[in-house]
Amino acid sequence: MLIKQTTKLRAWLYQALFIIGIIGICWLLIDTLLGNLAHQGIVTGLDFLDNNAGFGVIFSLIDYNESDSYGRVFFVGLLNTLLVAGLGIVFSTILGFLLGIARLSHNFLARNIASAYIGLFRNVPLLLHLFFWYFAVLQPLPGPKQSLHVADALFLNNRGLYIPTLIDNANTTIWQYTIGISLIIIMLFLISANKRKSSATSSAKSSNISDNKISEKTNTKKGTLLLLFICVCTLLSIFVGSPYDLNTPVFGRFNFSGGTVIIPELIALVLALSLYTAAYIAEIVRAGIESVPNGQKEAANSLGLSPSDSLRFVIIPQALRLIIPPLTNQYLNLTKNSSLAAAIAYPDLVSIFAGTVLNQTGQAVEIIGITMLVYLSISIAISLIMSLYEKKSRWNQ
Amino acid sequence: MTSAQPLASPRINLTHRLTKTTSVVLLLLSSTLSHVYASTLGDIKEKGYVTCGVSQSLPGFSYIEKDGKWSGLDVDFCKALATGIFNDSAKVRYSPLSAKERFTALQSGEIDVLSRNTTWTASRDTSLGVHFAGVMYYDGQGFMVRKDLGVNSALELDGATLCTNTGTTTELNMSDYFRANNMQYKPVVFEKYDEVLAAYEAGRCDVLSTDQSGLFSQRIRLKDANAHKILPEIISKEPLGPAVRQGDDQWFNIVKWTLYALLEAEELNITKKSLMLKKLPTKPKERRFLGYDGNIGENLGLSNAWARQIIQTLGNYGEIYEKNIGKHSRLNIPRNHNNLWTQGGLHYAPPFR
Repeated sequence: MLIKQTTKLRAWLYQALFIIGIIGICWLLIDTLLGNLAHQGIVTGLDFLDNNAGFGVIFSLIDYNESDSYGRVFFVGLLNTLLVAGLGIVFSTILGFLLGIARLSHNFLARNIASAYIGLFRNVPLLLHLFFWYFAVLQPLPGPKQSLHVADALFLNNRGLYIPTLIDNANTTIWQYTIGISLIIIMLFLISANKRKSSATSSAKSSNISDNKISEKTNTKKGTLLLLFICVCTLLSIFVGSPYDLNTPVFGRFNFSGGTVIIPELIALVLALSLYTAAYIAEIVRAGIESVPNGQKEAANSLGLSPSDSLRFVIIPQALRLIIPPLTNQYLNLTKNSSLAAAIAYPDLVSIFAGTVLNQTGQAVEIIGITMLVYLSISIAISLIMSLYEKKSRWNQ
Repeated sequence: MTSAQPLASPRINLTHRLTKTTSVVLLLLSSTLSHVYASTLGDIKEKGYVTCGVSQSLPGFSYIEKDGKWSGLDVDFCKALATGIFNDSAKVRYSPLSAKERFTALQSGEIDVLSRNTTWTASRDTSLGVHFAGVMYYDGQGFMVRKDLGVNSALELDGATLCTNTGTTTELNMSDYFRANNMQYKPVVFEKYDEVLAAYEAGRCDVLSTDQSGLFSQRIRLKDANAHKILPEIISKEPLGPAVRQGDDQWFNIVKWTLYALLEAEELNITKKSLMLKKLPTKPKERRFLGYDGNIGENLGLSNAWARQIIQTLGNYGEIYEKNIGKHSRLNIPRNHNNLWTQGGLHYAPPFR
């Protein structure tokens, strides 16, 4: 009894000592670091975030100018990183699923094109993909004066893709109010219709009237509402005029002004990230589908489901359970890989915050720390969302 | 109880080992702690070479020639330091750094001295933990454009796209200049000179902006140098000089006075050639400078002949200048501000006495 207790106590003691040791070493490291920084005359702390940044950024999703603070630069970089990661995840998923399914297709051409793609894209380093799209494809495009263009509104040159934007004019407010009010009215109609429908269904169940008739009724109502909405819009455009003006890019002295520009750095980065990651996703999808027992497919066939229906309703839902965990890994990789942006001057978090800001302030420890925390948080957020989705897609066994 | 007895001695051994490892770890940590305070000169003598941070490829300043050897003004300064310490200009290890990496490399002790066309500013001197040892080259920021754009002045650049290096004073000056003149611009910033130049040549931007010396030096690397011109405006003061870590005054002095030695030699008209004649100097100023009188060198922690060694191997500031970026080079940059004070320039060395 006594021996048992002492063993337990000793185990506890060792674990406590171990933790104390780790904390002690961490404390020692941090203390050494701060001591050395102070001794070398390097400023520490987070006060720099309020200081004036004083440099321009080529592409920002929020308003930014040179007199804003380093803190603002951080958000500009963060949003640019999230934009690239988001776009990359969407495109790579679509392309990856298509390729993965094509890889298993009975069609000779589709199967071989997909496997050739995967072989090619998976085996070339991502940085080379990036350089290929940026330096070999987008940079040799003609200069602004000789832009490729569609209908004098869309322009493509080596400075990016220039597209027209909508800007508010005198009619915008009238349009917004009218549309808003009509949408509210439609919503109210739909809600009351739903209520009537549910009460009708309950009464229908007792009186054995088929459900089809009721849903037909609501469908015609919805159709009328849509028609009414279109009428309102037509009347508005006849009597008030167009709600927005088109701001088309116009060539100035050096570049196009007006409209908006999608810079080549963004295009190259999204292309490289999605095409590269799609190859991996395709393999994951293929593995997931192949893991579903053949009997499932045969059972679906014997029930008379078409090949595409059996894929959609029987195979993919089962495959998803296996696909999601490795898919999450690919999303995390893609997000972290987006930091290669620095190589082609896309202003992401690493490029402008852990790059330019670090260099202008010299506060490497703080800035690298913040940047690491941000990537950690993004990764954890993606994992959480994916695990929630995984739980949802798991049926009761 | 009897079964527990034989286990006791290994356990004691384990505790012993644990304490041992802990003390070793602590020792290692404290050694890293003390390492920072060590003498840079002592370290250099121990390892046998100077580690010098230079720029990646800037002809005339630091550039790898076809034979694989480094050359340039900044490189020659590294050689001068090595010559002063070892009397051997080859005892240098070059560490090519991007603008972004340079201060971290110096702060972390990866390099002993940063000789990489770096601008001396107040904030760098006070918040980065570095000391600038003086000015090697007086520069200012300028702009280069394609001739076919028909631009004659920087004030015509409203709406232009500019390429430059990230994390430089250039990036900040550019923004100041355009804001002050109410003009719009788009910055495209890269980490390396090569990338900046490639983007400019590919037409990603209209203007290449950096220190004017850099523009001259980059221009000769373009396919058709004559199709590009450098605009007359200089929009900033860019005193470029070597920098060292704070906290080692002896090393700071060596770097500072090595730079002054190059300038003083030119002022005293002591050249590589004049030293080859092996005639003993008679003038007191020259005798002091060359180490025949006094002990300036020993006070620095070097030999008294250090300045003589440097000039004998590399020549004075004027010679180094003309060889790398002046008359005898492809760059052919006039000396202007980079003349001695006696010639109407800005270079001035405090007296060697």
